Amino acid sequence: MALDDRKSDFTFVGTRPNRPDGLDKVTGRAKFGADISAPGMLHGAVLRSPHAHARIVKIDASKAEAHKDVKAIVTRADFADVPFRPGLEGEFYNVLENVMAGEKALYDGHAVAAVAATSALAARDALKLIEVEYEVLPHVTDVDKAMTPDAPVIREGAADYSVPEGMHPNVVRYHESGHGDVEAGFADADLVIEDSFVTEATHQGYIEPHACLGMLGNDGKGELWCTTQGHWIAQKTCAALLGIETSQLRVTASEIGGGFGGKTTVFIEPVALALSRKANRPVKVVMTRSEVFRATGPTSSASMDVKIGMKKDGTISAAQGVFRLQGGAFPGAPGDMTAMCAFAPYNLNNVKQIGYDVMSNRPKQAAYRAPGAPMGAFAVESVIDELCNKLGLDPVDVRLKNAAHEGTKASYGPTYERIGLVETLEAAKAHPHYAAPLKPGQGRGISCGFWFNHGGETSVSLALSEDGSAQLMVGTPDIGGSRASMALMAAEVLGIAYENIRVTVADTATLGYNDVSHGSRVTYASGLATIKAAKHAVEKLCERAAAKWGIPVDAVKWENGCAVPSGPNAGDFDPMPLADITADMGSTGGPISGHFEATPEGAGVSFGTHIVDAEVDPETGKTSVTRYTVIQDAGKAIHPTYVEGQFQGGAAQGIGWALNEEYVYGEDGRLQNSIFLDYRIPVASDLPMIDTVIVEVPNPGHPFGVRGVGETGIVPPLAAIANAVSNAAGVRMKQLPMSPPRILAALKDNG
Amino acid sequence: MSKLHVSTTVNGDAVEYLCDPRETLLDCLRDKLNLTGAKEGCGTGDCGACSVTVDGRLVCSCLMLGVEAEGKQIETVEGIADGDVLHPLQQKMIEYAALQCGICTPGILVAAKSLLEKNPNPTEEETRYWLAGNLCRCTGYDKIIRAVMDTAAELREAS
Repeated sequence: MALDDRKSDFTFVGTRPNRPDGLDKVTGRAKFGADISAPGMLHGAVLRSPHAHARIVKIDASKAEAHKDVKAIVTRADFADVPFRPGLEGEFYNVLENVMAGEKALYDGHAVAAVAATSALAARDALKLIEVEYEVLPHVTDVDKAMTPDAPVIREGAADYSVPEGMHPNVVRYHESGHGDVEAGFADADLVIEDSFVTEATHQGYIEPHACLGMLGNDGKGELWCTTQGHWIAQKTCAALLGIETSQLRVTASEIGGGFGGKTTVFIEPVALALSRKANRPVKVVMTRSEVFRATGPTSSASMDVKIGMKKDGTISAAQGVFRLQGGAFPGAPGDMTAMCAFAPYNLNNVKQIGYDVMSNRPKQAAYRAPGAPMGAFAVESVIDELCNKLGLDPVDVRLKNAAHEGTKASYGPTYERIGLVETLEAAKAHPHYAAPLKPGQGRGISCGFWFNHGGETSVSLALSEDGSAQLMVGTPDIGGSRASMALMAAEVLGIAYENIRVTVADTATLGYNDVSHGSRVTYASGLATIKAAKHAVEKLCERAAAKWGIPVDAVKWENGCAVPSGPNAGDFDPMPLADITADMGSTGGPISGHFEATPEGAGVSFGTHIVDAEVDPETGKTSVTRYTVIQDAGKAIHPTYVEGQFQGGAAQGIGWALNEEYVYGEDGRLQNSIFLDYRIPVASDLPMIDTVIVEVPNPGHPFGVRGVGETGIVPPLAAIANAVSNAAGVRMKQLPMSPPRILAALKDNG
Repeated sequence: MSKLHVSTTVNGDAVEYLCDPRETLLDCLRDKLNLTGAKEGCGTGDCGACSVTVDGRLVCSCLMLGVEAEGKQIETVEGIADGDVLHPLQQKMIEYAALQCGICTPGILVAAKSLLEKNPNPTEEETRYWLAGNLCRCTGYDKIIRAVMDTAAELREAS
């Protein structure tokens, strides 16, 4: 959309009304994934491999089948024969392999069989009656070890064309990009620092476990209710895995209890449908927390080498990074994303980045909020901090000196349109937090962060009712208040009250295809679609008014919820409110609706800058975050309170990633900490208030200037906290999480 | 295993159910009484999404057996509002946008109400420690803490 079409004066946008689904969510009546049942419903449960890598020799389910409460058992043979193709080309095959193991169990927790029984207890009991004979194979769970020549091969032939010859078969994708001459740039530097960094795998940690209710008949028609970030991708994937037509499966998204990228694929949904098809009854499957940790999307762990050269005045003369990401037993670790995002905040003449996607015997990684970007930022921003310390330069000034701006050739290729990084850095410099004195034992850290943001396929439908109210149907599950922002944008165009718009997350049978609620795309893309759909309806409203007045339609314009005559030949008529036009729309041409179906492509990249103060206890190694400020470009904040919420949530997840959270695997390849007691996410008493500054540099690609805000907020925290901790402790922390034992060890090594 | 008969009181209503001795109070509330407001986030008492009060004491209903509810007074999120009038905590949670996905909200509300009944004037630190058993992954707790403390202030003024 053209820049000159962008609106800048708003009536509704930028206000902070209560969310439309607030009442449901505070009274317990909102229906989440596990909050549904159906007549005749069975309960499903999944048997999972206790081995990190094992050939499945034989599955004997005869004892379970004979049990009176058991109505169906499924194994891989009950799914469609989806073809194998290398790399991510064969993603349906990868998902099927993950949903139900084929010849091999590939990680601790990998599904190998499932049962449906008359109660949840009976289903769990029946799992114990299934006998699986395994031939245990050597395993590898570490990314660097998985690349060594003698590492066990997870799957032959999984690598795609991008991987250079001679690499281990566990390396399945390779990315290289950049520009300029890094060697010349390093030669030009006054100081070059090269270092290696490690981050551990973390889980998205949504509080709602995966849950679904499936019904599939032998006529190939089905219904699925599930907690998901995208019910069209669930529809498409389940249909492929079960060998039915996509359109014959209607999927309804429940309220979703958090996703953060982890609910963008399917796990138990095809299993519930396969069980249902066999039992001819509805089947509900709900994961336990332990299943969530063992078998659903952790993020990738990473091993990284970064080298940056800087001149005495703070100019970065060259930057280079190698990023090795481990994504579990399937292709898909975002090594390419890590590489592309790592240096994206900076205007560099010489930059080179390499990313590896490496398989290991861990669960299939899933997207986690700006997937891949936080790790790279940790490594890069740590080296920049060290350069600033060594050269005696201010970390914000150095970032301002090198900051990308409109017209900069990005490290990953394209040339930036209008972006707001400089504005976030200037806001950081002006913020009282940056000038506040530190107490002894405290350190301050700064980091910038970048994320692409995403558009994606989007369908929206808006229907006006006779009484002048509007119903808006969107296809992106509301994960954090998006119903409110959609209603605000529709109200802005229609000129009717926010409260008169009912926003519904439509099922797959009601609306055209919608990409997942991911990529920070909902407020951008569903928002753009809502604006366009509302404008489409307004065009029709103007046509009806023109007909009533007997004037040409181009002599009618829409203002404040009314058709008004416009121009010299329009005549003199009183404004005609929307409700007056809809009141008799049945007899003036029929129902009035607006639609939008397209793939918006102007998502607009996003930047943020975080300031963190941390205090390290030298006796226990415990870190306390004492002050935190998030500054991020939102383009235009539709509902500022929910924008703040995204900033705060990203920071809090980043604090967990930086300080506590990690997947711990034993020598046996089994996950050691699969409950919240042992995998500790931040609790209320761990955190300070999180201050926010919303910067608004409008996105040229959205009619109101919106940039997505969901993901960028988790990019800077790992580095900002590591910089704060390193400055507080006086030793550079190169491995996350910076748990007390790691900090104590670093302090000891440092003498 | 045969089922056991339980008579108890939930949100002031006398109720009965039959349950397996292994089923938790949370299972019974959700599956037998259709009170699905309390959520199972972990099943190990670590997340607080299943918080209810039993005879006035805040508990994780996933850690208590259904049979242990015999003769008790149980309060769940469904009983917090007074008819169609929301409790001030519920109102403030909405106003402060103290929920994003909303899955932890029922547990937070039950726990926060319990806090304010015991301590009408909690400090920020007391509020944070009281709610430390209720995991929220979306908000970073900032708006939740503010909503609870503002509710406390409003209730103190009203009393």
